[in-house]
Amino acid sequence: MRSDGRAPLWLKIAAAGTLLFLHLPILLIFVYAFTTEERTYQWPPPGFTLRWFGAAWERPDVWEALTLSVKVAAISTAIALVLGTLCAAAISRSRFFGREAVSLLVILPIALPGIITGIAMRSAFSIADIPFSTLTIVLGHATFCVVVVYNNAVARFRRLSGSMIEASMDLGANGFQTFRYVILPNIGTALLAGGMLAFALSFDEVIVTTFTAGQQQTLPIWMLEELVRPRQRPVTNVVAMIVVLVTFLPILAAYYLTRDGDHVAGGGK
Amino acid sequence: MKPAITFSAVSKRFGEAVAVDGVDLVIGEGEFFAMLGPSGSGKTTCLRLIAGFEQPTTGHIEIFGETAEGTPPWRRAVNTVFQDYALFPHLSVLDNVAYGLMIRGMAKRERHAKAEEALALVRLAGFGGRRPAQLSGGQRQRVALARALVGEPKALLLDEPLGALDLKLREEMQEELTALQRQLGLTFVFVTHDQGEALSMADRVAVFSEGRVMQVGAPEELWRRPASPFVARFVGGSNVLEPDAAELLAGRRAFASLRPEAVRIGAEGRPARVTGASFLGGQVRLTLDVEGLRIVALLPSSGPVPAVGDAVRADWSAGDLHLMEGGE
Repeated sequence: MRSDGRAPLWLKIAAAGTLLFLHLPILLIFVYAFTTEERTYQWPPPGFTLRWFGAAWERPDVWEALTLSVKVAAISTAIALVLGTLCAAAISRSRFFGREAVSLLVILPIALPGIITGIAMRSAFSIADIPFSTLTIVLGHATFCVVVVYNNAVARFRRLSGSMIEASMDLGANGFQTFRYVILPNIGTALLAGGMLAFALSFDEVIVTTFTAGQQQTLPIWMLEELVRPRQRPVTNVVAMIVVLVTFLPILAAYYLTRDGDHVAGGGK
Repeated sequence: MKPAITFSAVSKRFGEAVAVDGVDLVIGEGEFFAMLGPSGSGKTTCLRLIAGFEQPTTGHIEIFGETAEGTPPWRRAVNTVFQDYALFPHLSVLDNVAYGLMIRGMAKRERHAKAEEALALVRLAGFGGRRPAQLSGGQRQRVALARALVGEPKALLLDEPLGALDLKLREEMQEELTALQRQLGLTFVFVTHDQGEALSMADRVAVFSEGRVMQVGAPEELWRRPASPFVARFVGGSNVLEPDAAELLAGRRAFASLRPEAVRIGAEGRPARVTGASFLGGQVRLTLDVEGLRIVALLPSSGPVPAVGDAVRADWSAGDLHLMEGGE
């Protein structure tokens, strides 16, 4: 390792190239949100305009898709927070037969390709004769949202020593008070981070959704459809920009929260 | 002696394993009571049964006249000092100490004032603003003690509280704990695997082995008159003579114990051979072969000490050979 810490020129070029390759397309999406050309993505854009923002605002199908996406993401995240926390508590606090297996089964949905989860859920819904609705989309999304919350919570639970919970009860706190005053403050940031990641994941999910949604369109599905049917194309880009912001901000916040949380919890050693 | 905590034929099984096996105990009010035993002997389980973290499989526990079974830990008039202290990392030292009072709904100013008092009692006045992570092991131990005492429990349970401290700090805390117990007049139940700690601190000691209580008594009684070979070996490091040997030496068939410091080396007594010697500072520990019996003797290192391989004579008073009624 060289002590001056400077990378060779070829490495700098390679790094810059990779970053450009990753992020230039995203920038292009932003640029095309302002183009005056409505039917094709022509380079360079013939002119710049803000009218697609107004057009997107006026379109009821955009609002419908956005509302559905937010609703699905919010409900799946709420379900994931409850189930993921309970599951993490059970796995880390007690020993029982098949504990490792359960832990693996909880993580499996995120390791499996989404298409498998999608097909599996679709056939399960049709066997059980459940009509496609918002609920079926939520169920599909909850499978992987639970994993995200569980993973965050289980790491924090492991650091919460068992005697701390006993100490709280010993000092007069019942189960609810112990959860409120000892467990929640110690796992709170992990839950917030897990919840935000889950929300972001659900918000831009396509594969599982295509299998579990009926006629309804979530925002990503709506965008996919728009690309096939060119009409006011830049509206899709405007929506894409919003999706990037809505998913990126919570992920960024989650990153900072867990970093900070690790610091606080790690300080207890 | 007014009973504070009573165990009647208490057993606790975890699946197949028997952790506590038919224990009968009476701990008196205001007593400093030690539960002594090797790890896995059931002493910590007994403490957890009192605290309410475990429920007995069979038998009955009474705490200050009230039936303990079915009473959750948060409704018991006892508090615990945990082996790992179990301080809450997200709370300041003051809020840690005031936690129990906060749960009871005491106003903030009042509970903080009480917590300050408790911190002063354990000589940590002015440490309230810190986080547990900023304290040393000995200081955390004191915070745990203050937190358990501030709610004025009727009995304090201590689970190997000195185990994680270094030797010097441990000796200091031993003295402080006994002083505190005298000052408060509170019932202390103290779990330890260190016989020196139990003997020096407790009014009475219960010796545990394999889930059973082998003997309960004052430290001196356990030291001088162990009831069984296990107690003789574990508590005092005594010589334990098999019934055959005891019959030869004392004329009765029973296990017998002989304290190492009661053995004299001199012109009188039985012929012996020195097979080992180790210097312990004030004393020398000799291993003797007395007519085929392995006997350990402790001699003051200031006097004459025979060398390994020497042929000597070993003697003791008939009264020092203590016959034990209990079997192995």
